[in-house]
Amino acid sequence: MRVGRGRHLVLAMPGRAFAQRFAYAILACAAITLMIISQAEPRLAEQLRVGITDAVAPIFDFFSRPAETIAGGVDELQGIMAVHERNQVLEADNDRLRRWQAVAEQLSYENEMFRRLLNVVPDQRARFISARVIADSGGPFVHLVMVNAGQAHGVRKGQAVVNHDGLVGRVQEAGKHTARVLLLTDLNSRIPVVLEESRERTILRGDNSPQPYLAFLATGARVKPGDRLVTSGEGGMFPPALDVGIVSAVDKDRATVQPFVVWERLDYVTILDYVVPGVFPETRRAARTGSLQ
Amino acid sequence: MGDWLHQTERWLRGLIPVTVTVMLVFAAALPWRLPAFVEVTPAFAVMVVFYWTIYRPERLPYVATFGIGVLQDLLAGTPLGMTALLLLVVQGVVASQRTFFRGKPFLVIWWGFSMVMPAAGLLAWVIGSACLGTLVPLLPVVTQIVLTVLLFPVFVLLFRPLGALASPRPG
Repeated sequence: MRVGRGRHLVLAMPGRAFAQRFAYAILACAAITLMIISQAEPRLAEQLRVGITDAVAPIFDFFSRPAETIAGGVDELQGIMAVHERNQVLEADNDRLRRWQAVAEQLSYENEMFRRLLNVVPDQRARFISARVIADSGGPFVHLVMVNAGQAHGVRKGQAVVNHDGLVGRVQEAGKHTARVLLLTDLNSRIPVVLEESRERTILRGDNSPQPYLAFLATGARVKPGDRLVTSGEGGMFPPALDVGIVSAVDKDRATVQPFVVWERLDYVTILDYVVPGVFPETRRAARTGSLQ
Repeated sequence: MGDWLHQTERWLRGLIPVTVTVMLVFAAALPWRLPAFVEVTPAFAVMVVFYWTIYRPERLPYVATFGIGVLQDLLAGTPLGMTALLLLVVQGVVASQRTFFRGKPFLVIWWGFSMVMPAAGLLAWVIGSACLGTLVPLLPVVTQIVLTVLLFPVFVLLFRPLGALASPRPG
């Protein structure tokens, strides 16, 4: 009996090993084919990704809550440890901000007056879609997060995504109930920005590090650490004047930027359903002047 | 009846390695927001494939590895097929050295992993750079390699009892 079993094994093993090798080769080829197809037909890969993402979204939605609780717990603990120090900083901040508030109120009133005087056409108001971050891929190759709002809620590819700190990134793919947001630190992220002080226009490029950098700075451009960056609204993808970050270091030909968004605290985001001003400006202006006459 | 129960039990136990791997792939994609994880998530899948290929190779067929890789690519947004190929390469290399690793003390296994992981990371970097059409910065990749190698013993502590559970009951 035992002998028979042994013989059977001897006979079966090479066949099995061969089958396994064959399967291995086929699967490796399949993986390579997948890579080539997704490069040649990015739309197909995108559709597949969106489909799968939508299908597994409920799982992420469910499990991201406890994950969020753990993250919240860690935050809380860090907060408790630094409570005294933070209180002092906050009090100082509060004092400073009160003074700013007075200035802002005055300026806002003044601005309103000027606008009325000049008859300025107001910018289109953006519609907001608030969503929760349910997955965060966090790898060395891509910086994406998944949010629980999609086409059913009005999310479209290309829309700007912000949170209370500033610009987060843009919608890369929108499924039915979920969307993927390409963070501004991602290698593929390009955002038209303007330096608030010098009005220098440039592009903020991600490089998968926490600090993106300014590409295409004109020679002799006036950039210094501490300069604030906001979106320029060029290209029409993003609304202008969204907070982006602060220039943290300037080298010979490279200025790195510290984004305002704290990635550790990225839980809720707002997607801006922004209509580009200038799509129907003539008709609007005509209607306006018409109504004035 | 008893035979049927036994079969089902064996089958369920056999599913443990694949289930654990899939769960880890999902867990890695959750928004943990722990300070170190935001930047770089450890390559859980490589760890798991390395471990099961040594200790329970029959429980992790190549098809499962391929599926897990594609799932991770879809979830993380990495170029489709990249992780699948990477995991298959890791599994192939480790399977060829399996007889060497079997029965060796943990330090040898860890040393083996600290050899395989950088190679896998660099391969991922080459494939990733080729797919994305630009040189991906190397530092996050290196960080991921170091983090994964350092976390390996912690996960082995977790896999061991699961591995025992995954093998059919003796006798």
